[in-house]
Amino acid sequence: MGKFENGVSTLDDFKVSSKTDQFQGHDYYAVDDLLTDEHKIARDAVRAWVKQSVSPIIEDCANRSLCPTHLFKELGEIGAYGPSIPAKYGGGGMDDIAYGIIMQELERGDSGIRSMASVQGSLVMYPIYRFASEEQKMKWLPKLGSGELIGCFGLTEPDHGSNPAGMVTNIKDDGDCYILNGAKMWITNSPVADIAVVWAKDEEGKIRGMVVESDSKGFSAPEIHGKWSLRASVTGELVFEDVRVPKENVFPEIKGLKGPLSCLTKARYGISWGAIGAAMDCYDSALRYSQERVQFGKPIGAFQLTQKKLAEMITEITKAQLLCWRLGSLMNNGKATPAQVSMAKRNNVNMALEIAREARQIHGGMGITNEYPIMRHMMNLETVLTYEGTHDIHLLITGMDVTGFNAFK
Amino acid sequence: MKLLVCVSKTPDTTAKISFNADHTEFNEAGITFIMNPYDEWYALVRAMELKEATGGTVTLINVGPASNDAVIRKGLAIGADDAVRIDCNPTSSLYVAKQIAEYAKEQNYDMVFCGKETIDYNGSEVGGMVADMLAMPFISYASEMEMNGNTATIKRDIEGGKETIEVDTPFVLSAAKGLAEQRIPNMRGIMQARRKPINVVSPVDFEDVSSVVSYELPPAKAACKMVDPENMEELVRLLHEEAKII
Repeated sequence: MGKFENGVSTLDDFKVSSKTDQFQGHDYYAVDDLLTDEHKIARDAVRAWVKQSVSPIIEDCANRSLCPTHLFKELGEIGAYGPSIPAKYGGGGMDDIAYGIIMQELERGDSGIRSMASVQGSLVMYPIYRFASEEQKMKWLPKLGSGELIGCFGLTEPDHGSNPAGMVTNIKDDGDCYILNGAKMWITNSPVADIAVVWAKDEEGKIRGMVVESDSKGFSAPEIHGKWSLRASVTGELVFEDVRVPKENVFPEIKGLKGPLSCLTKARYGISWGAIGAAMDCYDSALRYSQERVQFGKPIGAFQLTQKKLAEMITEITKAQLLCWRLGSLMNNGKATPAQVSMAKRNNVNMALEIAREARQIHGGMGITNEYPIMRHMMNLETVLTYEGTHDIHLLITGMDVTGFNAFK
Repeated sequence: MKLLVCVSKTPDTTAKISFNADHTEFNEAGITFIMNPYDEWYALVRAMELKEATGGTVTLINVGPASNDAVIRKGLAIGADDAVRIDCNPTSSLYVAKQIAEYAKEQNYDMVFCGKETIDYNGSEVGGMVADMLAMPFISYASEMEMNGNTATIKRDIEGGKETIEVDTPFVLSAAKGLAEQRIPNMRGIMQARRKPINVVSPVDFEDVSSVVSYELPPAKAACKMVDPENMEELVRLLHEEAKII
C-alpha cells in the first residue's frame, strides 16, 4: 500500500480492460419468483455497479496485487455496508436475503471486493450495532456505513486460528483505560483501517470486544505480502504494544466467544451467498466459451463431456441458490442456527471451487490467463474455503450438531 | 418545477425474443423485464438533476398492468417522488399516449420527459403524440439541456450534427444518449421506494384505430467463418463470392 496519493487509489491508477463484462445471472429454478421487488432491484443495482466499477479494473488489481481503495467509498455510496443494519445507524434497513444477494453480486465480481464489504458490514458494524453503547454506535456506525471510515476485525492470532479460545492477546485494567497487548493475523483491511474491532482476554481470562483506533500509540498493522489469493484485497497483521484503549470503547455486556462467533455467523452467511456469485461467474464464462469455441468442426458445448461439466455446474448452483434462499428466510425470522450457516458456507464455497476448476478445463489454455476470470476466482476461493471457519471445521460443526459429540479436541 | 417522466417496461437487452404460434403476440414467458434504458438513464436522471438544482417534484407515469410495478419501484429507488400507473394492457403507442395525456392535462406539468424510443417496439411515437394532445411543443432526441428560468436550451441529435433549440416551459422532450448519465440506485433509496405511493388510475375509454397483424424475427445471423491468416486467397474469395462486398 501507500502507492497511491494519500493512500487512496483512483481509477487512473489501474489499467482499464477493453473487454466488456457480459455476465448474465443464472436462475434455473426461477428462484427470482421467491424474491421481492426490493431484492431484485438491489441485485440489479449491485450487478450494474460491479460491471461499472469492478470488472474493468479487477484483473489489473489482481495481477499487480493492488487494492482499489477508492472502491471503499463507492461501496458505501451504493449501500453495501451493513445493509441489514437499521438506517439510523448508517445501514440499509434491509432483510438478510437482501444482504446475501448483495454479497453474491460483489463476489461475482471478486471475492476480495466482497471481503472488503463483508468485513466492514458483518465484522465491524454488526458487533458495534449489537454490543456497543448507544453513544458508541452513533459515533462509529454512520461513518462506517458511508465508507468514510474503514474497519477491520481482529480475532485470529498467529498461533490461534481454528481455536480462537486459546488467544493470548490481553487487556489489563489501568484506571480509565485498558492496556492492550498482543497480535492478530490474517486481518482483511487492517493496513488501511481507521478502527479495529479487537477481541482480547481480560484479567479473568474472559474474551472481551473493543474498538481500537488505528492512530493509537503502540498500534501497527503491517501488510502481509506474497498472497496468491484475494490479491485485490489488502490483508495484514494487527500488533498491539501497550495500546491504551478507553474503557468506553469496550463492549459493556458481551463476554466470551459468543460475541465474535455471532459476528462470524453473520459473515459466513454472507459468504455462502457470495460463493454462488463466484460460481455463477465461472459457469457463465464457461457456458459462453463452450458455445463459441469450435473443435472438430463443432462448438465444444456440443460434446458430451463438456455438457456433463456444464450440467453438473448449473445443478450445483441451483441447489446452492435454494439452500441460501431457505437459510435467508430462516435468518429473517431469527430461526437460523450457526450450524445451519456452517453447512451452507462449507457446501457453497466448496461447490464454487469445484466449478472454478471444471470451468478452467472448459476454457482450455485460455482458462489460465486473465482474459477470463476463472483462475482469479479459483485462487480467491482457496482463501474463502479456509477463512471464516475452515472447510473441515464446518464439517465437524455439522457432525457435532447431528451426533451430539464434540470431535474438535 | 413539476416534472412528469414516462417510463416503459421492456424486455432485457439480452432476452431471447419469440412470438406466439400465429406470430401476433410477443411471448413473455421466461423474459426478464427492465425499465426502458432511454427512460431510465437519460429522461429520469435528467429530471432528477433538474429537481435537485431547482426543487420541485418528479412523478413517474406508466401505462400497464400491476406486473409493471417492479419497474416503477426502480424509478422510485432512483429518486422519483411518486408514481402513477394507468391500469390497463396497452395496445398501441396511440393508446399509451392518450392515457398519459388524459392524466397529465389536469396536472400542469412544466415538462414531460420520455425516452427517444423504447428498445422493444422502437416506435419513438409516444412523446410526439402526448405533446400534440397537450398542445405543447415537442423536442425529440435531446442529448443536452440547460435551464435558465423557464427557458430551456436543448441540443438535439440530427443526422451528422446537432441542432440547438430554445423553448419555454411547458414542453415535452424525448431523451437521447448524452442527456444524463446512468444512476445506480443505492440500498437506502431502494428501501425508501417501498414507502412511496404508486397511484393506480383507471384508463379512459379509447378505441384503438390500428391493430398488429403479425411480427417477424430478423433473419438469423450467419455463423462467423474463421480464415487462416496465411490464406489470404480464401479470404478474398469469400468476400467476393459469398459476402459479395468486393
